[in-house]
Amino acid sequence: MSPAPTTAGRPDAGPPDPPAATVPAVPASAPDHAGARRAAVRDGLGVGIAVGLSGFAFGVTAASAGLSVLQACALSLLVFTGASQFALVGALAAGGNPFTAAAGAFFLGARNAFYGLRLAGLLRLRRRLRPFAAHWVIDETAAVALAQAGPRAARLGFAVTGATLYVLWNVTTLLGAVGAGALGDPAAWGLDAAGPAVFLALLAPMLEGARERATAALAVLLALAAVPLLPAGVPVLVAAAAAPLVLLAAGARARRSGVGTGSGDGSADGEAAR
Amino acid sequence: MTVWLAIGLTAVGCYLVKLLGLSVPAGVLERPLVRRLAVLLPVALLAALTALQTFGAGPGGLALDARAAGLAAAAVALLVRAPFLLVIAVAVVVTAAVRALGG
Repeated sequence: MSPAPTTAGRPDAGPPDPPAATVPAVPASAPDHAGARRAAVRDGLGVGIAVGLSGFAFGVTAASAGLSVLQACALSLLVFTGASQFALVGALAAGGNPFTAAAGAFFLGARNAFYGLRLAGLLRLRRRLRPFAAHWVIDETAAVALAQAGPRAARLGFAVTGATLYVLWNVTTLLGAVGAGALGDPAAWGLDAAGPAVFLALLAPMLEGARERATAALAVLLALAAVPLLPAGVPVLVAAAAAPLVLLAAGARARRSGVGTGSGDGSADGEAAR
Repeated sequence: MTVWLAIGLTAVGCYLVKLLGLSVPAGVLERPLVRRLAVLLPVALLAALTALQTFGAGPGGLALDARAAGLAAAAVALLVRAPFLLVIAVAVVVTAAVRALGG
């Protein structure tokens, strides 16, 4: 789920510091003690800084795809979900029309709705705050918030990650977009590999289950097979069909063997959360 | 102008979908089928995008070039659990090196 293979990036991993270690130092009545808050700030800063700096790669990629500095910065300010931004810029660079390009970016961003769903129960934001907090609901903030011990630490982790990442991502996007011209041909620096490397780094932690791996393999085959046949931007939408196809195949196999589909979907909380 | 249209559509769509998650009552998006799709859809899209941007070459074309070496190096970095930024740096540096060597 997390782009950053750190302990903070794994919602299923506990906080690095066992909170019990600091219990003697604080009143027993304190629901969230200093240790949990420190862990939240440290996780938030770590993930925020590491991922925030990669905005530079986005700025360069956007500029070399033919976007203006203003357009690159508008994407980071207003879209603020990295994978969708890289996808949109890649589709536009490949000559895709604005609708298919935006559709690919949108479907990729749809996963944030599910992070929001899990965060809503955890952060319990006031109604007035929601429209502002929503902009920061992304892979990284969700991963850090879900990894914290207790709602107050989760809220702190969400805020620290969101603020650090938002500021750095936008500053480095600007630097990358402005600096791209000085670099000359970005391909000579290997910067055209930054976009796909970001996707791969986001993908890797999701590939723990067999179903996820089957989906990824099928999606690669569908996408590459579609490239010579369909206009730019469409192959990625075709590849999205891998998800329902793998679910259908898994369902059919489960029916044949007469057992339930199980919970091999790799999600930590399963369906019991209903 | 078409670029601004794409930016506008993406910004509005991506924001609304984030807000939807925070605002919708749990349960609506928590159906088992929807949940499983939500887990697999980003997997499919990210895998496809990785492949397309590694092997894509111009409209309708595919190519095996230095980017593939860079991505292979990034995959190794991910296997040894390198931090996010290092993974990207490895991909960029290896791609540049292979290209400089005429690969």
